[in-house]
Amino acid sequence: MEITALLLSRLQFAFTVSFHIVFPSFTIGLAAWLTVLEALHLATGRPAYRVLFDFWLKIFAVAFGLGVVSGVVMAFEIGTNWSDFSRMTGPIQGVLLSYETFTAFALEAGFLGVLLFGRPKVPPWFYLFSTAMVALGTTLSAFWIMINNSWMQVPVGYVVENGMFAPNDWAKIIFNSVVWSRFPHMLLAAYLTGAFCVAATGAWYLLRGMFIAEAKIMLRMGLYLAAVLVPVQIIFGHLNGEYVVRYQPAKMAAIEARWHNEQPASEVLLAWPDVANRRNLFAITLPPPWGSLIDSDSLDAAEVGLDSIPESDWPPILIPFFSFRIMVGCGVLMLVLAWVGTYLSRKGHLARNRTVLWATFLSFPLPFVATLTGWFTAEVGRQPWVVYGVLRTADAMTPFLTTGTAIISLILFCAIYTFIFAFGIFYIYRLLRAGPVGRLLPPTAVLPNRPLSVVGEPDAAAALVRLPAGE
Amino acid sequence: MVMFWVTILAVSILLYVLLDGFDLGVGMLFGLAPDEPRRHAMISAVAPVWDGNETWLVVSGVILWGAFPVVYSVLMSAFYLPVLLMLAGLILRGVAFEFRHKAVQMRWIWNASFVGGSLVATFMQGLMVGALVQGLPVSGDRYAGGEFGWFSPFAIACGIGLCVGYALLGACWLVRKCEDEVRDQAYRLIPYLAAALLVFLIVVFAYALAGDFAVMTRWLDRPSLFVFPVIGMLAAITLAASVHRHQDALPFPMVALIFVAAFGTLAISFWPYMIPFSITIEQAAAPHSSLAFMFWGEGLFVFPLMLLYTVISLTVFRGKVAASTDHY
Repeated sequence: MEITALLLSRLQFAFTVSFHIVFPSFTIGLAAWLTVLEALHLATGRPAYRVLFDFWLKIFAVAFGLGVVSGVVMAFEIGTNWSDFSRMTGPIQGVLLSYETFTAFALEAGFLGVLLFGRPKVPPWFYLFSTAMVALGTTLSAFWIMINNSWMQVPVGYVVENGMFAPNDWAKIIFNSVVWSRFPHMLLAAYLTGAFCVAATGAWYLLRGMFIAEAKIMLRMGLYLAAVLVPVQIIFGHLNGEYVVRYQPAKMAAIEARWHNEQPASEVLLAWPDVANRRNLFAITLPPPWGSLIDSDSLDAAEVGLDSIPESDWPPILIPFFSFRIMVGCGVLMLVLAWVGTYLSRKGHLARNRTVLWATFLSFPLPFVATLTGWFTAEVGRQPWVVYGVLRTADAMTPFLTTGTAIISLILFCAIYTFIFAFGIFYIYRLLRAGPVGRLLPPTAVLPNRPLSVVGEPDAAAALVRLPAGE
Repeated sequence: MVMFWVTILAVSILLYVLLDGFDLGVGMLFGLAPDEPRRHAMISAVAPVWDGNETWLVVSGVILWGAFPVVYSVLMSAFYLPVLLMLAGLILRGVAFEFRHKAVQMRWIWNASFVGGSLVATFMQGLMVGALVQGLPVSGDRYAGGEFGWFSPFAIACGIGLCVGYALLGACWLVRKCEDEVRDQAYRLIPYLAAALLVFLIVVFAYALAGDFAVMTRWLDRPSLFVFPVIGMLAAITLAASVHRHQDALPFPMVALIFVAAFGTLAISFWPYMIPFSITIEQAAAPHSSLAFMFWGEGLFVFPLMLLYTVISLTVFRGKVAASTDHY
């Protein structure tokens, strides 16, 4: 593959947006969880909720910071590398992103200061309100981004005027049918990310025999939530498939590695797609009508194959094919884990079952991998179009961008992101390792190592055993 | 509609300059703090509000993209490298707020990235404004000046000038928010920074006149516009008096007023162009359906709310930063 400014710009956008999505998908779930904890604390007065809140707030702050700085980049990168795209779609996409910034970004930024620093300065109800506003902000942000991205997948409600996409029906754009399966899909992905990270942390502490009370709350809340949400997520994932079948047959054919039209269609479970010869090697295939059933909920539906689509309109085949399978695989693993864990927890065996605790602890990458591969499927599968069917990615780039300049920016972003990512993950790891109340005193100390369950006043008790965590 | 969005855009950019200006300025001055307690006091003076401040940059960016897509696409592609470096600076300083608190031995890295990031981001912003004043080559709807079309001694000078200006805003913020040594050091710096800024503004003005920049004809045509420089001068005099009398609350609004005056001067010099002298506001405006949709939702309802958040956040964290202020 030839190194061109176009390829470099695509790599840069893919890299920066992939880096970015990791943090919002974590903090959207975490912000909601913080709101729940703060509300529970206000309602019940139970100190463990406050301890957990303070603990996860620190982690939230680091992850949120990384999400903000990488998000600011996105707002400008669209103009620097994709100037023709930004000029043409600004009347729609610029407007949608301005709604995102106005309603979401400003809301979360406005109340983040109160959330991080304001507890001593504001009444409890206002503090809870601020936490909820940050959570609402992160959710609204995802909402507008999904409307925006859905317009690129299925453009509606526009006319082409003076070389621009001029909106002529905003209701169609915002109530785009695909938004209402894609937005819940993303939101659930974020909640599941939060749920699995929280559950994994709880499992980690139980394995190490520390912070037992907090660990059990985290494990239970995380797994129960996941047990309910994973099946719902799978349903929304299936609904997403329906829009792809209807509007983006080339993407669907790539996802399924389906080379020829079939009626009823078979379903390739695993294979190595041999693109040059238009066939699948080492294929494990379910016979018809499984493909029709999965893609179209029908026993005899016709499914489109790649060879009835001009090759110039094909997306890359391998990336959507494999990333889709990785996403589904992660989803299945999460479902099994959430249900087994919930079942054991209901039976009261979970805390002693080290195998399941280890599996839960090691499960935290699954939702991140699923989110990223899901996006790879959606975005790479949309190629060679940036706005599906009307604007090709190649025509969207800044026309005078040189390879040299594009290399500079790609290298700089990779270097900086690697640098801050490495430190960010290290700091989050250290916060998690230290745990909710910092390092505990050695067992020789006369203090009980579970002060919170025996002493009424949480702050005083916690202060007694708290050593500075990480400093 | 077009006028409404030009106004909102101008207000957003001005708010960005004033708000992120002071925390970028504190970031640059941070390098002068000799010990950890003073560094802690300085960063505590901006930590709760910097994220809200920086949001106004994104607000300005997306208004530009949604309401004036041609200008957004020309400016971003023209300023490829300066925007890239500005973003790099903003990233490094943004993560430093959290990271330096979590770091133990590596804290110096985040101190350095806080100072360096603030400096680079500010310099690039000034440079871009300077290049825009001098004029960008545009043909049709596209920038046509090459990779370094923005480079000129004048643009570099504007970059340095903005660093001085933000540092002055930052020093005045520290006077307002801090006590003891940090405040005293800021008081000592203000006269030098203020003098440097005034010299810079006068030189830029003279250079623009002498260099016969197209923007200057507007001034010679309409001398009543000199009211802006006059406001700036009055603010500068009040600033000098308040620094002399150590009135902690006053220097910041006075420097803010100088910035408003400079901003007004610049905005009127450009009028009615958005990119002087090739793209006017009318030419750049998005279709009416876009502007109207923005107006009925975010313009009428959300924008006032955003101002309210800014006020709430500044109110909750008003007053001096206590020396013992702890991290959450």
